[in-house]
Amino acid sequence: MGFNFSKNEFNQLLESLDQEYQIYAPVRKKKKDSFSANDLITYDLVKSLEEIELTAKSKYSAKEIVFPIRETLFHFVEGEQFMASDTDDKYIIFLRPCDRNAFKRLDKIFLENGPEEDIYYKRLREKVKFFVIECTTGFDSCFCVSMDSNTVESRDYSAFLRFEEDGVSCEVNDQDLAAEFEAQAKEIDFEPEFIRKNKIEVNLPDRDKLTNEVFEHQLWTEYSQRCIACGRCNTSCPTCSCFTVKDVLYDENKKSGERFRRWAGCHIDGFTEMAGGHNFREEYGDRMRYKTMHKIYDFGERFDFDMCVGCGRCDDVCPEYISFSKCINKLSTIIEEGV
Amino acid sequence: MSFNTKKIKKNAFRITKDREVTALRIRVPGGHIDAHYLSLIKEIADEHGDGTLHITTRQGFEVPGISFADFEEVNEKIAPILEGMEKEIGVEIVDPGDGYPAAGTRNVSACIGNRVCRYSNYDTTELAQEIEKNIFPNDYHVKIALSGCPNDCIKGHLQDFGILGMIEPIYHQERCIGCEACVDNCKKRVTSALSFEQERVVRDEQRCIGCGECILQCPTNAWERGGQFFKVVIMGRTGKKNPRLAKPFLKWASRDVVISIVNNVYDYIERHIDTSLAKEHIGYIVDRTGYPQFKEEILKGVELNSECEIADKINWNGYQTGEKI
Repeated sequence: MGFNFSKNEFNQLLESLDQEYQIYAPVRKKKKDSFSANDLITYDLVKSLEEIELTAKSKYSAKEIVFPIRETLFHFVEGEQFMASDTDDKYIIFLRPCDRNAFKRLDKIFLENGPEEDIYYKRLREKVKFFVIECTTGFDSCFCVSMDSNTVESRDYSAFLRFEEDGVSCEVNDQDLAAEFEAQAKEIDFEPEFIRKNKIEVNLPDRDKLTNEVFEHQLWTEYSQRCIACGRCNTSCPTCSCFTVKDVLYDENKKSGERFRRWAGCHIDGFTEMAGGHNFREEYGDRMRYKTMHKIYDFGERFDFDMCVGCGRCDDVCPEYISFSKCINKLSTIIEEGV
Repeated sequence: MSFNTKKIKKNAFRITKDREVTALRIRVPGGHIDAHYLSLIKEIADEHGDGTLHITTRQGFEVPGISFADFEEVNEKIAPILEGMEKEIGVEIVDPGDGYPAAGTRNVSACIGNRVCRYSNYDTTELAQEIEKNIFPNDYHVKIALSGCPNDCIKGHLQDFGILGMIEPIYHQERCIGCEACVDNCKKRVTSALSFEQERVVRDEQRCIGCGECILQCPTNAWERGGQFFKVVIMGRTGKKNPRLAKPFLKWASRDVVISIVNNVYDYIERHIDTSLAKEHIGYIVDRTGYPQFKEEILKGVELNSECEIADKINWNGYQTGEKI
C-alpha cells in the first residue's frame, strides 16, 4: 500500500507512533563529533521529521540499538543470579538499505550461528520494525551495489520511505501499522527505488581461488605499517558483531556484581590475547587480513552471502586513510593475476 | 627631515637603523588572513619598500625599506587592510586612510585553531579577533596569544596572556568498549589523569588539563565534547632583564571570563604604570605591585563561572640575566 504525506501529516504520524514505539533515526548532533566544531551524525531517538538527518551518512550504524555497546547479561548477589531485565519498549528504526541488510548478517550471527539463539539479541530484535530510507545516490565511499546490499525485499521492512521536498511518499508493509498510516495520509501508487551504481565498484575475489597462500602475501604487511589498531573500522561497521564478556564485582559489596558483554574488535589490542599472554595476531596487517577474510570469505562460505554490506563507514572513519574497498580490489587483482 | 618619532611609532612605523628609512608593521589579528590582501602587501613592498617582507613572530608582516617621505601615501594604500581586517571585526577605526591608530598593544596572535587542526578545542582566530576588537587600538604594551589546546603551539607561555583551549570531557560508560586507548594515551602523552578501574574509565579531575585527547582517541564517541573552557597563563616574557615562562592564573575559565579579564588589564596598567619609562611592559608592573594586587584588580567585576579555578600565589622564577651561567 502506498501513501503520501505532507511534512505536517508525517509528523502527526510520528507523534502517534511515538506513543507505542521508541523511534530511532540518524540525527545530527551539533558540534558533538570527536573533532571540535564538527557535527556527529549518529542514531538517536527522534520525535519529528525535522530531527532526522537525511543528507549525511551516520558515523555509527543502527546496530547499537539491538546489540548495545555494553549490555548487562545478568546480575549476581550472594549465590543467586538474575537475568538482566527487559523492557516493554518497541522500536522503529529508520535506516538505509545497506543497514537493513546489515541486520540480516547480524541475525545470522546471533540467531543461526550455532546451536543456541542469542537470547539477549533476540529479545530486542523481535521488537524492532524497520523503516527503510530510500537511497538512490549513496555517498562517495559506498559500494553497496557490489556487495549486493543495495536492495531490500518488501518482506524485510515495515515501511519504505521516499523523502521529498514537500513531504514523504512511502509503502507500508505491516498490518500493525497500516491503520495509523491510513489515518494520516492519502493513498498513492508507490514503487521503491534503489541505487544501481556507486562511485566505487568492488570486484570480489572468487572464493574458490582464495587459498592459504594469500595469507602470506605482502599486501598485508603494508597494512602492518599503516594501521594503528584503533578499531574505528570495527566500531563503525554495521556487521561487526564480536563481543567480550566481563564480570564486575561492585566496590561496595564484593558479593554482588554483574556479568556484561561489550563490543570487541579484531583490530584492537587484546582481541586475540589468551591465558599465558599468548597472542596470535600481533601484526596489524594480520588483523586486516582476518577482518577482510571474515567480511568477504568466511561468512559467505557459511551463509551464502558476504558479511560486508559496502556501507563504506570503515573508509570514512579510518584516521590512516585505509580503504577497505581498495583492499578488496587489491586482493582480487592478486588472486586474478596469481599470488 | 623633521618629524615626531613618537607619532610615527604609534602609527606602526619603525625607526630603523638607516636614517630616512622606515618599516611598516601590518597586523593580522588571529593570524589568519584572506589571501587577496597579500597582493596589496606585495604592491606596497614593491613600490615603496625594498621588495622584501619580514614575517613577524606575532604573525604580522613587516614591510622594510620604506622612505619616510612615503609614509602618508603608504597609509592611504593600506586603508583596505584596516577596513577589512580591523574595522570589519569591530575595531574602532576613525579613518582607515590614516594608518594604524596605535602600536602598543601587539597583534593578538593565534595558532591555526579548529578551522584546521584536529587537536584544537575552539576557533582561535575568532576569539583572537573578538579580543582585538575589545583592546585595540591601545598604546599600552600587552602581548596576547591564543592556542587551541594545551600543546600551546603559539607559545602563549611567552606572552603576557596565553589563552589555551580546554574542553570538558564527558564519559559515557554505556558507550565504552574498554579498549583503554584514552587511558594509554593520557598516560604516555598527557598527565595520567585517566585510569581503568572496575571496567570503566575514571578521570582524576585535578590532573585533567582539558586537552580533549581522550575524546580524539575514542573509537565509539564514549567521550563527549562537553563545555568549552580556557586555561590562562600570564606574564611570560623574553627580554633583557628576567626571561621567564608564563604561569597558570586561571583554569577552566569561561570565554566571558577570559574576555573580561583582558579588558580589565588596561585600567590596572593605567593605575600602576611607571610613566618615566618609554613603555613599561605589564609583566614588570605586576612584579612591582605583586600578584595579589594584580589579581584583585583584574578580577574586579568579573563574574567567575563556577568551574573556574584561580591561582592563590604565583612565583614566576625565570632567571636573572646578569648572573653568571
